[in-house]
Amino acid sequence: MAIETVPANRKLDTQAGRQSRIAAVLLIGLSALTAMVFAQVGDGDAVFRLSRATDAIVLPDLAVPAMEFNYIAAGILAFLGVRLWIRGGSGRISLSLGFGLLLAVAAFLVWATVGKAFSLTGMLQATVVRAVPIALGALAGVLSERVAVTNIAIEGMLLAGAFTGALAGSLLGGWGGVAAAVVVGGLFGLLLAALVVTYRVDQIIAGVVINLFVLGVTSYVSSQVFQEYRFLNNAPVFRVISIPLLSDIPVIGPVLFQQNIFVYGALIMVAVATYYLFYTRSGLRARAVGEHPRAADTLGIDVYRIRYVNVTIAGMVAGFGGAWLTLGLVGRFDENMTGGRGFIALAAMIFGRWHPVGALMAALIFGFADSLQQKLALLQTPIPAEFLAMAPYLATIVVVAGLIGRARAPAADGKPYIKE
Amino acid sequence: MSEQGDTTTLTARLLERAAPKRADFEDLVIVPLFAVVVALILGGVAMLATNVDLETIGRSYVALAYGSVGSINALSETITAATPLILAGLGVALGFRAGLFNIGAEGQILMGGMAAVVVGFSFTGLPMLVHLPLALLAGIVAGALYAAIAGWIRAATGAHEVILTIMLNMISYRLVDYMLRMPAIQRPGRSDPISSSVLPSAELPRLLEWIGPNLRLHSGVFLMLAAVLFVYWLLFKSTIGFEFRASGESPEAARFAGMRSGLIIVLVMALGGALAGLAGANQVLGVLGRASSGFSAGIGFDALAVALLGRSHPFGVVVAGLLFGALEAGGRQMQVDAGVSIDLIGIIQSLIILFIAAPLVVRALFPWGFRKAAPASKE
Repeated sequence: MAIETVPANRKLDTQAGRQSRIAAVLLIGLSALTAMVFAQVGDGDAVFRLSRATDAIVLPDLAVPAMEFNYIAAGILAFLGVRLWIRGGSGRISLSLGFGLLLAVAAFLVWATVGKAFSLTGMLQATVVRAVPIALGALAGVLSERVAVTNIAIEGMLLAGAFTGALAGSLLGGWGGVAAAVVVGGLFGLLLAALVVTYRVDQIIAGVVINLFVLGVTSYVSSQVFQEYRFLNNAPVFRVISIPLLSDIPVIGPVLFQQNIFVYGALIMVAVATYYLFYTRSGLRARAVGEHPRAADTLGIDVYRIRYVNVTIAGMVAGFGGAWLTLGLVGRFDENMTGGRGFIALAAMIFGRWHPVGALMAALIFGFADSLQQKLALLQTPIPAEFLAMAPYLATIVVVAGLIGRARAPAADGKPYIKE
Repeated sequence: MSEQGDTTTLTARLLERAAPKRADFEDLVIVPLFAVVVALILGGVAMLATNVDLETIGRSYVALAYGSVGSINALSETITAATPLILAGLGVALGFRAGLFNIGAEGQILMGGMAAVVVGFSFTGLPMLVHLPLALLAGIVAGALYAAIAGWIRAATGAHEVILTIMLNMISYRLVDYMLRMPAIQRPGRSDPISSSVLPSAELPRLLEWIGPNLRLHSGVFLMLAAVLFVYWLLFKSTIGFEFRASGESPEAARFAGMRSGLIIVLVMALGGALAGLAGANQVLGVLGRASSGFSAGIGFDALAVALLGRSHPFGVVVAGLLFGALEAGGRQMQVDAGVSIDLIGIIQSLIILFIAAPLVVRALFPWGFRKAAPASKE
């Protein structure tokens, strides 16, 4: 990323001004859409189910009067848009835009559900599940880019984790599969580190190579070996573990505390990574290596070692995330089963501004869109499924275009460091 | 030299490696040769590891050679497979030269191909001289427009083109699936996503049918050659190409020299998209004859590798594209003759790129045969 070292504050101001105008137009557009489409539903309630009948605490269904809700939503959206337009750059662009998008999604949901019932809790639960590999991939990206190693190889590492999880899981059982996936992910992290740190291969090329290599090896073995020996690709799937008491909390319980180990693992890893990067001495060193390797080196920090260690850990995280696909979901490996999730993770990392928690939030947005699209198929909206599937990517473009001007990559990101 | 100035962008740095300024015999000939040989040996190791016996390994490599260059049919297949790779690879290379990392070739191929197909079957009764260029043009324009979206957003807001092109790829898959189910496009009587067939007047004529009916080499190869020359001229002989390269090597300097960076970004993306769109049109009008779900078949991602391998030079892209095309054509033969999965080719391709991108690795593997202590980077 080009760093804006331009001394003129004026330039930054106009940048912010333009962004706020773009965001304002967007919000007003959303308001118009909400008023003219989503609110035209006639009388009727949208019913959102919050709990199942078997839950310990049963909440009543949430009935939202559709037309009223959507007119109010449109009003708030218009207010936000106009306010942003008038206030310009000082109008809290990201907060307004984020809240506005959330409101528009809510209005859309109400519109789609009107006259029917829809399990909100179920969808949120699926959201968290689907966010896991993206969050873990994005976390892997954060860990390696914080030490200035661009990680295009997330996709390959996820795929390697998925493959190893299936193979080792079939032979050794679930935990063996997870352990093996983490180890293999770590090996690919080590390989990436070796290529870019020791052999100084261009970081993008190294990532592309790892992606191609993993895709080649896993597809080859899967068509050459798994076709014949099917027992090698038949891994157990981890069951859901309900955490006592906490899982009984309505809505939050099923969403956060009735999940399998991958969800818990992802949440814990995000917390640990945040603590490590921002509250420990080695985290500070890692960030120093990412921002200014020369200074870090001068202070006696071993730049190469820190890059090796962090990128390897990143690989392990991605390997764990990849194992989710096989051991947490379907129990078998299919060719190229990550299907671009690694690249979505890359986007989530940038979206989340190179911060573990931000990456998790961004991943949840993708997960939400993913599960929304699935559940909406049941509601039979007049919108084609393909367009719903596109929505998260469109939203990413909108948000990235609106906000990214203020996100900043680690200063040395992507640059090799050569000791004198 | 260790750190470059703060102003060097990630992609500008990529350029330094992807486009070396002085051509070195060792780097250009010996390293690639080693790379191919070592990659083939390691491919053999992979086969051994998956319980393929030595005799079959020998047979599969014979099939690989035979299927890629061993007969007229093999050569025709190789060139047919290489043509879209080279076209899309040129588009990606153009982006590299201007400091833009365009991952979106896949989506641009899809958009270009769809536009070409729609034009290709919609207009009946046109003579070929009108219809074929019209279909090709549709592909070029669609690819260019689709890529220009990313270029425009990048120029207007500074959003990273890698994210934008990845997202546009994802969108294009869905868009194509949707379009293929539209009544106007879907082939009558089919329920799966597949388009009507391109009319004969819009097909790229085959070149070698007088030798054998199965030779698929088509006149798209001339388009490809023209594109190679055009990109060479554009990059190295024209003013605008100089501006592209200048903003790739040093965006700041280019801006201070009065070049309009925003316009250049949009132009480069659009041109890259036009080439990828032409690749898509080339596929549907020359090889497939129709569009189906995901007909880009990963060409856009292979094009990335081709551009890197060809060091973003038009002629390098041709060599790299031919190599990849040969591996693909040979790989199919290998699968038929020796029963070894074509996915092995993916492993070999990635190893070749690795060894070419990492001369240091090759030097470490083969300490003899190279000048001593070649400096690692040419910064």
